Amino acid sequence: MTEIALKARHSAPPTALRRFRDWLANPWGRPRFLVLVTWLYILTSIAPVIIAIQFSFNSGRSVTAWQGFSLSRWYWGDPVDSVWHDPTLQQALFQSLKLAGLDMLVATPLGVILALGLARWRGRLAAPANFLMLFPLVTPELVMGVSLYLVILYLFTFIHPSTLAQMLGHVTFSLSYVVVIVRGRLFSIGRQYEEAAADLGATPWETLRLVLLPLLLPAILSSLMIVFAISIDDFVISQWLSCGAQCDTVPIRIYSATRAAPLPSVNALAAIMVYFTVTALGLTYLVYRFMTRHERPKGGGAAASMMGDIGGM
Amino acid sequence: MYPKWLWPIFALPGVVWLILLFLTPFYAVVGVAFGGVDPIFQNPLPAWNPLDWDFTSFLDTLSGFLPGRTYWGIFLRTAEYVGIALAISLIVGYPVAYYITRHSGRAKSLLLALLILPFWVSYLMRMLAWVNLFAPEGYVNAFLRWTTLVTTPPDWLNGNPVSVILGLAYGYIPYLILPLLASLDRIDKSLLEAARDLGASPFRAFLHVTLPLSKTGILGASVIIALPMFGDYYTPNIVSGSPKTSMLGNQIEIYFHGGPQPSVGAALTLILSAFLGVLMAYYMFTVAKAQREAQA
Repeated sequence: MTEIALKARHSAPPTALRRFRDWLANPWGRPRFLVLVTWLYILTSIAPVIIAIQFSFNSGRSVTAWQGFSLSRWYWGDPVDSVWHDPTLQQALFQSLKLAGLDMLVATPLGVILALGLARWRGRLAAPANFLMLFPLVTPELVMGVSLYLVILYLFTFIHPSTLAQMLGHVTFSLSYVVVIVRGRLFSIGRQYEEAAADLGATPWETLRLVLLPLLLPAILSSLMIVFAISIDDFVISQWLSCGAQCDTVPIRIYSATRAAPLPSVNALAAIMVYFTVTALGLTYLVYRFMTRHERPKGGGAAASMMGDIGGM
Repeated sequence: MYPKWLWPIFALPGVVWLILLFLTPFYAVVGVAFGGVDPIFQNPLPAWNPLDWDFTSFLDTLSGFLPGRTYWGIFLRTAEYVGIALAISLIVGYPVAYYITRHSGRAKSLLLALLILPFWVSYLMRMLAWVNLFAPEGYVNAFLRWTTLVTTPPDWLNGNPVSVILGLAYGYIPYLILPLLASLDRIDKSLLEAARDLGASPFRAFLHVTLPLSKTGILGASVIIALPMFGDYYTPNIVSGSPKTSMLGNQIEIYFHGGPQPSVGAALTLILSAFLGVLMAYYMFTVAKAQREAQA
């Protein structure tokens, strides 16, 4: 059938079903059905979070009925129940930030050199090592949590359930993300810059430090950001390796609070984490833009290439 | 340029880390599952030497998965919840991914940014938001009362399987859409144009070109969210908390936290891992087969 015949067929008055099918399938037209589904999905994915943040500003004690606006009550205003004055909430906030900080400090350097090693090592053991690195990405957190819990209970008994244990767990699951991000960047850089440096007389150490490291910085930055985000987000590993109330992180507090009678202070606590992540994301974006300013034609695109760097997820 | 020993040295600390804190812990699960139990205190005595492994209690747990036994119902329920949540995720997620790759035009970057937004909000925060909305006096019930179609709105948060399934779908859809988007983006648009030029209707072009080409993408995205969903225990706990909606993950958690028999929990963890390993292997086999066919 020719294009003209197709057009002719389309000019016949379409039935409702026909039009619905065209919306669904037409690769050139404006499928209103898809527009509707997409925006509806985006709305439902974001609106509940916005509403939850809204209730952190509730002036009353309810998380379901709006009782007026109060900027500070559940953040620091209330002398007993606000995030700042409730020791359990304040403690959880610091524990989460502490774990995320430790995780960034350990997982990022470890992951960067692991990525370098795995990308360039050509030994017989390289393939199994690469395979092993991918496993934490597909292992459900429950399985990882149970195994870490049992290993510190029965084998590595010198590590008790503690902040240290939680940190070790967090590093274990963040490591692979760092490797995936850094390795992607490594492949896109290629080896010509290092070869040029070596030809010009740089020692291997100088090549690593003065050529490769600066080129990897954007990926290292993205890794720091991702590690921060997944560490803050983690619930299962933190819970299984928790030493009790002193090891509670924000997700653990949220978890126990939703099953009791929650106050808006829990919403405020969760909202603070969102503010942190969004600020970190914004800062990373600005620094990333600055660092890669010579790598692309002027104007936008930093967001896209940053997403490209993170794209391994 | 670099000395040959440099790269293995670089890989060493990370690999040792993964062996010590990823492989060894998994071996600990095996050791506890195949180990004995202290006759007096009922706490597990892990067996580290494979020669000492005792399979009786493990086989006992495994036989619980036979139809009509202890875990059969829980396994069925878990599979049912994950299956329905996965179907909902695909029904919502596929059109979204399809629209963003094919039609969004100038709005594409904005849509992508909005799509990634949930990744920056903690999963537990999103569940908290969900619980706030579905609380007895929450916005959802207020809306239902306002429409006057429902006079007594349902109790969403106490053992209601609908909320668990919706919660799972809501929680995991973002993780499905992104890989699906990537795979739809890879489909060569000229194939679609060829189909249209050869006279296929838009619907047939979708059915016979786009859909078959995105089959591995659909499968991959489904596996990516099915694996964590099978290991999920916190979502049912948060939105329901009732044993009526408990999943396999809840069963495992109960055996460890306050429960009497960690070795049964370890055995269940092992069975779950084996089941997920089979899923994963099936996926990898399908992808490899598709690649071989594409090359042939």
